[in-house]
Amino acid sequence: MKIKSISKSIGSYLFENKVMIAFAAVCLAAIILSGSPLSFIVDGVITRVGRNTFTVLALIIPVIAGLGLNFGMVIGAVAAQIALFWVVHWGYSGFGGMMLCVLLATPIAAFFGYLVGSLFNRMKGTEMIAGLILGYFADGLYQLLFLVIIGGVIPVNNPTLIISHGVGVKNTIDLSDNLKYSIDAIRMLDILTIAFYVVLAITVVKLILHLLKKYTLKRGDLIQFVIIAVLFAISYIPVVETFLFADRLVLLNAVTVGLIAVGVYQLYIIVQKKFIKKEPAFSIVKPLITIALCAGIYAATYIPELEAVLLTVKMSVLPFLLIAALCLFNQKILDTRLGQNMRTVGQSQSVALASGINVDQTRVIAMIISTVLASWGQLIYLQNIGTFATYGAHLQIAQFAIAALLVGGASVQKATNKQAIIGVILFHTLFIVAPQAGKNLFDNAQIGEYFRVFVSYGVIALSLAMHAWKIAEKKTGEPPQESSSLEVGRETSKEMNAS
Amino acid sequence: MKKLKTMLDKFGLPRLIIGLFFIVLLVTSLAIGFDPGVLFSDVLRRVLMFSILVLAMIPGVQSGIGMNFGISLGISAGLLGAVLAMEVSYLSSWTEKLGAGNPWLTLLLALAIGITLAAILGFVYGLLLNRVKGSEMTVSTYVGFSVIAFMNIVWLSLTFQNGELSWPLQGKGLRNTASLAGSFGGILSEPAVIQNTQPAGLKWIAFNVGGVSIPLGLILVFILCAFIIWLFLQSKAGIAMSAGGENPTFTLASGINVDRTRILGTVISTVFGAVGIIMYAQTYGFLQLYNAPLMMGFASVAAILIGGASVNRAAIPHVIIGTLLFQGILVTALPVVNVVIEIGTLPEVLRIIISNGIILYALSKAKGGSSS
Repeated sequence: MKIKSISKSIGSYLFENKVMIAFAAVCLAAIILSGSPLSFIVDGVITRVGRNTFTVLALIIPVIAGLGLNFGMVIGAVAAQIALFWVVHWGYSGFGGMMLCVLLATPIAAFFGYLVGSLFNRMKGTEMIAGLILGYFADGLYQLLFLVIIGGVIPVNNPTLIISHGVGVKNTIDLSDNLKYSIDAIRMLDILTIAFYVVLAITVVKLILHLLKKYTLKRGDLIQFVIIAVLFAISYIPVVETFLFADRLVLLNAVTVGLIAVGVYQLYIIVQKKFIKKEPAFSIVKPLITIALCAGIYAATYIPELEAVLLTVKMSVLPFLLIAALCLFNQKILDTRLGQNMRTVGQSQSVALASGINVDQTRVIAMIISTVLASWGQLIYLQNIGTFATYGAHLQIAQFAIAALLVGGASVQKATNKQAIIGVILFHTLFIVAPQAGKNLFDNAQIGEYFRVFVSYGVIALSLAMHAWKIAEKKTGEPPQESSSLEVGRETSKEMNAS
Repeated sequence: MKKLKTMLDKFGLPRLIIGLFFIVLLVTSLAIGFDPGVLFSDVLRRVLMFSILVLAMIPGVQSGIGMNFGISLGISAGLLGAVLAMEVSYLSSWTEKLGAGNPWLTLLLALAIGITLAAILGFVYGLLLNRVKGSEMTVSTYVGFSVIAFMNIVWLSLTFQNGELSWPLQGKGLRNTASLAGSFGGILSEPAVIQNTQPAGLKWIAFNVGGVSIPLGLILVFILCAFIIWLFLQSKAGIAMSAGGENPTFTLASGINVDRTRILGTVISTVFGAVGIIMYAQTYGFLQLYNAPLMMGFASVAAILIGGASVNRAAIPHVIIGTLLFQGILVTALPVVNVVIEIGTLPEVLRIIISNGIILYALSKAKGGSSS
């Protein structure tokens, strides 16, 4: 019986993740066909994950709020690029320049997001096609701005940016002297220092509020401060300081740190739930398996081939921290009232209305958040690429981000952080190896490139069709096949309980 | 005042703006001394070039699948028909044997292959669209994109002997744009081609009158296509199809198989897509492969919407008015732009803004009314 149920659960796991598994198989085949060295692939994937994941994660909130896949994300990228152009024109550079970009892009993106959200409220049910067309429409207006208005209406005297006859912005803007790597190349020591002062400031504010009796200081606040202070103090130890002085992290160290962090967190869960809260339903097995898995992976890093790869590949630090922060944000927002409202609106607008939620407002907020996050994502992307293709950089971002998310197993109605990350890794692995695989297989690298474009369109088409299919089936009253198979599963589990 | 407002609502603000814009552009281009004969010829040529692709929207809309963004399917079938016909004509050395008849045979063969492929693809596509009722436009857009991306791989893998089609030296893969000069390019629309190559009995197909070139052959083809559509919509099957598109539940109750009429509409739309792209290439003088047709569906949708169609009702006058306004603006904008500000890409920018703006407007009208 037990084996049967395990095989059944494996079966349902495979079925639920069929898109992801099929794609992983394609990736694996392409990797083998390409014959590219592992270090090349890993290096490429790490770079691309660092610069693209933020944008993909920006898609999750609209999905939760029932707006589907945000094809209108292009508009966030447009906001970022408008900000970037002016910052480059004014001659700011480095991290400060990037902060100025963020400062400029955020209100523009928020405003655009508000407009998009308001428009979507008028077109409920057709948000995705509207978003797609809106993206093209925005691209037209953006081209009008950059080709005609800048230089033509707004005088901009800058021969490095403006086409020689004085009207319109050049095709590409080189960022290598000003904003390239302005996020990637932040030293770990600086990140820690900034984090320390930010937490210090927050704690001080909270303390003052506590003394004014407007806020009660919690134990968590103090623990948080102590942790960051201890970390900050440790950073003064010479060995640690030299380690943190680098702006890139060797992948081996990153893996080690990550595994230790996961292990410690699992131990914390065990201690917290088993010994402090003493939850009876808590099973110790799962955390222990995770810890064992971490240990196993760590042991695997001693395999010479793997170790060599991990030692050669370096990764930037801040982008990954930002990605982690966004994952946390996506997770934590669901615990807030806003997040709950979004989820309710996403499940049923009529139910949400009946329970007194302002549906339209919630949807607009979701769009504002997504558009602002998309604009930040575009800034991360552009500073890593290092050249700003004025008329092309924004065109494909929604397309590729959505394809990546869907490859990870997400759908129009459900998307998680995990799916986003898996999707980005798989999708970009294919991107890296497809040209070489195409060359080896068909003697033509171009075929590989076209293949990956086909895959990105195809996976979206497939996903949209499957979603529409499900809805259409629901409407006609036939029970969808999946739910019936689920019911069968439930019955058998009941039988098992009885026996 | 109220009457004016309802009239404006009925006519549509964007249509009014676009119409006025077209007139302003027309007057300006004539005022700055642009040759009216050339301008008129250009407008006529461009409008006819796109007209059949726009016509292909009607069966789709009437059958209830909405705007057929997946027209790329028909376009790909037509292009495949054209390249196959050209290759066959090259291999069988018709050129020497038939002389002036060669382009005609190639064109007919291209149409025959294109229509057959489009009918098969349209049927399968119709089956898919019946499964995704309510989201046809979203799905068809991405199906259209996927088909174009897939065809990119096909174009790159085909090995043809015809030097006009395949890349020189490589021997594998087709060119981005293949010239139709020696083949059926301009055979229905270009006075120069007709007057130089065709026998005296066929000189009427395209000729010049007082500086205006009249592509009579192409006009006749358009009239024929429009007539076929009109005739079909008047027939029993056509009426059943339109009824199914308008009110599926009621039509189903009266014993008509709506799924079948939808498939019929999709097939006809796809077939006209194939004919449309062949006529487009014929007028343009070049076959554009790879990503060139990617956004053609959008242009067709925009044109018919400008003409006054909605996502659930479309007729032949919409096609004529819409294509005239939309393509007319793009043709007349170019000389005006060149004189006023020297930015050659501005018409392209205009095209993007107008076409997507009008689609967006139509979508907001279609859903905004029903949901609230």
